[in-house]
Amino acid sequence: MIEVTNLQKSFGDVKVLKGINTTFHKGKTNLIIGQSGSGKTVFLKCLLGLFDYEEGSIAYDGKIFSKLSEAEKRNMRAEIGMVFQGSALFDSMTIEQNVMFPLQMFTKQSKSEMRDRVDFVLKRVNLDGAHKKMPSEASGGMQKRVAIARAIVNKPKYLFCDEPNSGLDPKTAIVIDNLIQEITDEYQITTVMNSHDMNSVMEIGEKIVFLRNGLKAWEGSKDTIFKTDNEVVTDFVYSSNLFKKVRKMYNEEH
Amino acid sequence: MLYLHSLGAYFLMIFEMFRKPTKWKVMKQLVLKDIDDLIIGSIGIVAFISFFVGGVISIQTALNIDSPLIPKYLVGFATRQSILLEFAPTFMSIIMAGKVGSFITSSIGTMRVTEQIDALEVMGINSLNYLVFPKFIALLLYPFVISIAMFLGILGGMAACVFGGFSSLEVYVTGIQTDFETFHVIYAFIKTLTFAFLLATIPSYHGYYMKGGALEVGKASTTSFVWTSVTIIILNFFLTQMLLS
Repeated sequence: MIEVTNLQKSFGDVKVLKGINTTFHKGKTNLIIGQSGSGKTVFLKCLLGLFDYEEGSIAYDGKIFSKLSEAEKRNMRAEIGMVFQGSALFDSMTIEQNVMFPLQMFTKQSKSEMRDRVDFVLKRVNLDGAHKKMPSEASGGMQKRVAIARAIVNKPKYLFCDEPNSGLDPKTAIVIDNLIQEITDEYQITTVMNSHDMNSVMEIGEKIVFLRNGLKAWEGSKDTIFKTDNEVVTDFVYSSNLFKKVRKMYNEEH
Repeated sequence: MLYLHSLGAYFLMIFEMFRKPTKWKVMKQLVLKDIDDLIIGSIGIVAFISFFVGGVISIQTALNIDSPLIPKYLVGFATRQSILLEFAPTFMSIIMAGKVGSFITSSIGTMRVTEQIDALEVMGINSLNYLVFPKFIALLLYPFVISIAMFLGILGGMAACVFGGFSSLEVYVTGIQTDFETFHVIYAFIKTLTFAFLLATIPSYHGYYMKGGALEVGKASTTSFVWTSVTIIILNFFLTQMLLS
């Protein structure tokens, strides 16, 4: 579980996060949604410890990250998996080496143990047999699955995903969304995912935090987001023509 | 103010580079890869340039000796001194700032743009140690490259001198043996090691702290080449002043 209390972050005079309070639960896919520029990525980077913040606290299972010693922070980071928007795979390594990397850095496993774990994880993300490919030889969807495999190979307690299905076709995006949800459920990970894709919201949004201008404007789940009266949220949700038509048809039927 | 900030950030980067070392098993692979990319991969171009520049120095010297009072072995002597003292350590380093420096800046810069450095940081890895330290270790072998440049420069001078008919082989060899001072070689290698440190760290700094996209990677490579060259030239002046005068 991750508890965020009064999180504030500025860049110069510009306040990007203006006091966010929320909790992300274990074994659930927690989504941060909002328009571009609403502070989603900054929020995620604060959660990851990539950005320092001025006010507030982030507690991972009760441990406040900013109060940990360097060694404790390093240990904590070994428990974090991250899927970046552009996958961020290491170009100079094969897919197998990319996935094996966290094991080489943080475990004392033998080469054969590491290979077995990599085989298992690659099979889990349906990439069996892609071991020797370079990231540049893999499609966008494959790269995302490799990034997920790399993020979960060291059995993390927390999984962060920054718009994992951006740039993917709708079918592949759903595959990635479902994979993230299955893994979250299977390993009881606390997953936090950034998205502005309403399909993801409908598929896997067990908890949703809606950000607007650096503030939490709404909080709920995939079941409540379509029923809310919050104008800011409905404005965002029904901004696509497809959703507008679906709502119109629903209203006509009922 | 901006320059002071950059200078401070550069020294902090060097300090950070030695902290939180990466596992030796992983570091060994990185060092070997960087030796291959930065040292072995440079030998070809260094050999080619050194041989021909050595030839040019030799021809130019021979053509400028008009007086019959000046001995012919001066061609070999002047070629050796030029190559040993300046061409191999200093000007080869400026060429390497273009070749190796641009490679370092663009590879680290691309990693920055594609969030690969963020990925390392999220995993709790000291990305500066992981990325810059192996390059620093690999470039400790840079004197080996400069030795080749020295040898081939003098050899190129000999080939141009003998086959161009400016002097005989014996006279050229006499020239390269005349007034030889071992300290000149030590001086050349002190400079080489200093420049190796600059070649590893200045381009890394420009790649690591760059902001923006693909276009900025190109700009950072150019800026890193300019600053590495300028720093090499300035330090060359002070090292020469300190060690030779």
